[in-house]
Amino acid sequence: MSAALILDACLVLLVLAVAVWTIAARETFPAIAGFVSYGLLLAIVWVRLSSVDVALTEAAIGGGATGVLLLGAAARLTDRAGRRPAGIGLRIMAGALCLAITAALAFVILTLPDPAPTLAPQAVAGLPATGVGNPITAVLVAYRGIDTLLEKIVLLLAVIGVWCLTPDDSWGALPAPWGTARQDDAIVLLARLLAPVGVVVGVYIVWVGADDPGGAFQGGTILAAMWLLVMMAGLIAPLPATSRRLRRVLVAGPALFLAVAFAGFAMSGDFLSYPPAYAKWLIKLIEAALTLSIAAMVGVLVIGPAVRKR
Amino acid sequence: MTAEQLYGLCGAGLVGLGLFGLITAELPLRRIVAFNLLGGGAFVVFGVIARRGAAAGLGGDPVPQALIITGVVVGFAATALAVTLVRRLHEETGTTKFDQDELPPETVKLSDATLSGGNP
Repeated sequence: MSAALILDACLVLLVLAVAVWTIAARETFPAIAGFVSYGLLLAIVWVRLSSVDVALTEAAIGGGATGVLLLGAAARLTDRAGRRPAGIGLRIMAGALCLAITAALAFVILTLPDPAPTLAPQAVAGLPATGVGNPITAVLVAYRGIDTLLEKIVLLLAVIGVWCLTPDDSWGALPAPWGTARQDDAIVLLARLLAPVGVVVGVYIVWVGADDPGGAFQGGTILAAMWLLVMMAGLIAPLPATSRRLRRVLVAGPALFLAVAFAGFAMSGDFLSYPPAYAKWLIKLIEAALTLSIAAMVGVLVIGPAVRKR
Repeated sequence: MTAEQLYGLCGAGLVGLGLFGLITAELPLRRIVAFNLLGGGAFVVFGVIARRGAAAGLGGDPVPQALIITGVVVGFAATALAVTLVRRLHEETGTTKFDQDELPPETVKLSDATLSGGNP
């Protein structure tokens, strides 16, 4: 057994232990703390699986945005688990079912066909036509652009769904405040120092995403995190759902993507096809617009709707 | 055993753990956490399949890797919507539990007061 495999085994045990803690912890807050650690450990797993792009996404979303979302909810919800958790019969049956599913998945993993099917050669062969060097970016924006387009529509629908949960009498009000930071609080200093750096890092990750690991979603989430940080510090107010400026930013990326997709009929004869001469510039343009929209969408989803004043 | 198989088994274990939490957790927020745990496991299983497809100088098959990124994003959108639903439920009723019979007495009182004062 090689040293790398021993390290892998330790990482797997750590991930599983944190997962057990996240499920078994009695209080919600420590469980969510466990979940954030789980997201960051999974990011390391992704690096070990040679998927740096997925690792960046997992760290930004699994550890970051989802963590903030859950912690914010846990701080507002006053519910506590009852004295009596789920019945022992239910737990035994659920345990048996989950063991069976894990065993079936494990069986599939251990008996996967060899050699494994792969589309990597085709993905690399098509790269020159797209002008980008990162095959994952090529898959996301070019080969399977329709997936990414629909994913952005799903995000927009989620934003609309979240806004729809605003109580009637609070429509147009500001979302709930993120605590009451004073001018001399550490978070205010952090927001002033970190936000400019974070914005540059976010834009950089989008820019290098054409040829290296990175991309619109990873960079956009970092931008969203900076927006949230500055709002948490009370330096800027959150925008209400009725803000036209916010709505324009939210739809700019998906709208441009859709426009380029339809323009594909005129430019190269098919939906979502880029003319090879302009492919790279169109992809970068779409990614830039998507980045802004993604930052706005992730921010709005984490902040949530306006709440009723008591 | 290879590293891919090891991580594949890890993903299989995470799917089972997440599903167990999803079924047995009492609070909806904990079910949402368990659901995300399950999703992470499913993505790792898929990531192992991507890793096995390493060819043409790449560390893995980029098609499943891109699908995983899309999946993570959609999972986040679903999580945000679910969390907002739970928050709104709590705002309306003072609790997020569905089974009103099992509530401790003080929560029921709060819940009744909110219901009669707010929307019917």
